[in-house]
Amino acid sequence: MPARIVVLGGGVGGTLAANLVSKELGGDARVTVVDPTGMHVYQPGFLYVALGQANGRWLARDERTLLRNDVELVVDGATRIDPEAGAVELSRGGTLAFDYLVIATGAGYAPEQVPGLIEGSHDFYSLDGAQRLREELRRFRGGRILVGIAGIPYKCPPAPVEFAFMVEDYLRRRGLRERSEVTLLSPLNRAFTIESASKLIQPIMEARGIGLSTFFNVESVDPSGHVVASLEGEKAEYDLLVLVPPHRGQAVVEASGLGDASGWVPTDRTTLQHERHENVFAIGDATNLPISKSGSTAHFEAPVVASRIASLVRGTAARANYGGRVMCFLETGDGRATALRFDYEHPPTPPRPSRAWHLAKWMFNRLYWETVPKGRIPEIGRRGGNER
Amino acid sequence: MTVTTNVDRTIDARGMPCPGPLMSLIGAIREGWVGEVVEVLSSDDGSKTDIPAWVAKARHDLVDVVEEDGFTRFVVQKAR
Repeated sequence: MPARIVVLGGGVGGTLAANLVSKELGGDARVTVVDPTGMHVYQPGFLYVALGQANGRWLARDERTLLRNDVELVVDGATRIDPEAGAVELSRGGTLAFDYLVIATGAGYAPEQVPGLIEGSHDFYSLDGAQRLREELRRFRGGRILVGIAGIPYKCPPAPVEFAFMVEDYLRRRGLRERSEVTLLSPLNRAFTIESASKLIQPIMEARGIGLSTFFNVESVDPSGHVVASLEGEKAEYDLLVLVPPHRGQAVVEASGLGDASGWVPTDRTTLQHERHENVFAIGDATNLPISKSGSTAHFEAPVVASRIASLVRGTAARANYGGRVMCFLETGDGRATALRFDYEHPPTPPRPSRAWHLAKWMFNRLYWETVPKGRIPEIGRRGGNER
Repeated sequence: MTVTTNVDRTIDARGMPCPGPLMSLIGAIREGWVGEVVEVLSSDDGSKTDIPAWVAKARHDLVDVVEEDGFTRFVVQKAR
């Protein structure tokens, strides 16, 4: 009987892992992807939608078109996982049996954790959020823009910094820069989580006149007074507030008792197995690993999970290990970008921002659909710092 | 060791890279009660500057900093 492999989530990690394991095992496995919408969304594009540089149409595709023909797609939500029985309960009442499970359910948002956030702020962490922000920016006639982070961990750590740079650019192009202020509210005592990247970013922020408030962990928002307050006891007035909403793990993980206090899956940092269940793996934003929550992380993790499951099915020694590899671009405005490449052992040494890296990011965005989910970037997806 | 205060909650952030230990402390202080004593164990060198700097900025009390074998123990009391 073929091994039953169920993948929860049709994002970058889930799609790639399903395609790779199905390709590797052929008839020895029956691979099923379960996704509540059946649509694959390219979330890095939200930033460009918010700034009016892209429309939402190119950001979503039918998940079916990204999966190999021999991978089954179930368009339904998973409500409960029983790892011992090897069963996933579905929203519509059915149950799926598995021998191996991959949790690639991503991160959910918990905006209600910060009083006033929903009424008082904008975000670009969903397509409709990005579209609302785009319209708000169109109406903007100058004033104080604050960009902040309402909870850690959050997806795509460079995104708030990128937004600050890009919105400053946007204001200049619209002739509103002199009537406006842009300030980044950072939860840390520097602009960015990674120190080497902060050292590169902060002088550019200074040169562009972008303000930086450090140790500003958002506690509450007063929508009528247009004031945001920090846990550290500071207050800041705004005309337009853009906040990354607090994130947490998905309900199915919590409902199944498989997550930590915030719903993240306790995951072995090397094998990507659940810490208590050998037949359960986790990829991407769903894990509790202390690395970036990003598509890039999921992209590098998926081949490791696919290879490890294939080894378990075949009864051979598993050799693929995840070394913490992440690679992401960081837009610095003015049509320039830099790149952050790092792993568990090596912090990034980002190159000086250039047009070439901006072009590389643009190319990556354009080529995404034909490459990443289908495993067609072998030099990144297969080797890319992962130890084998 | 010179811990003089009863610790209400311990966060073992050893092995966690920067800024993990600080963010774990911030999360605990956010959820905690005034007067609660939180202890963070960190093996990351950056914590030695980041954690005292944050505690000072947020006006809580840094009760103790103890160098242990391979890690540092930060004892913080939520003051407001």
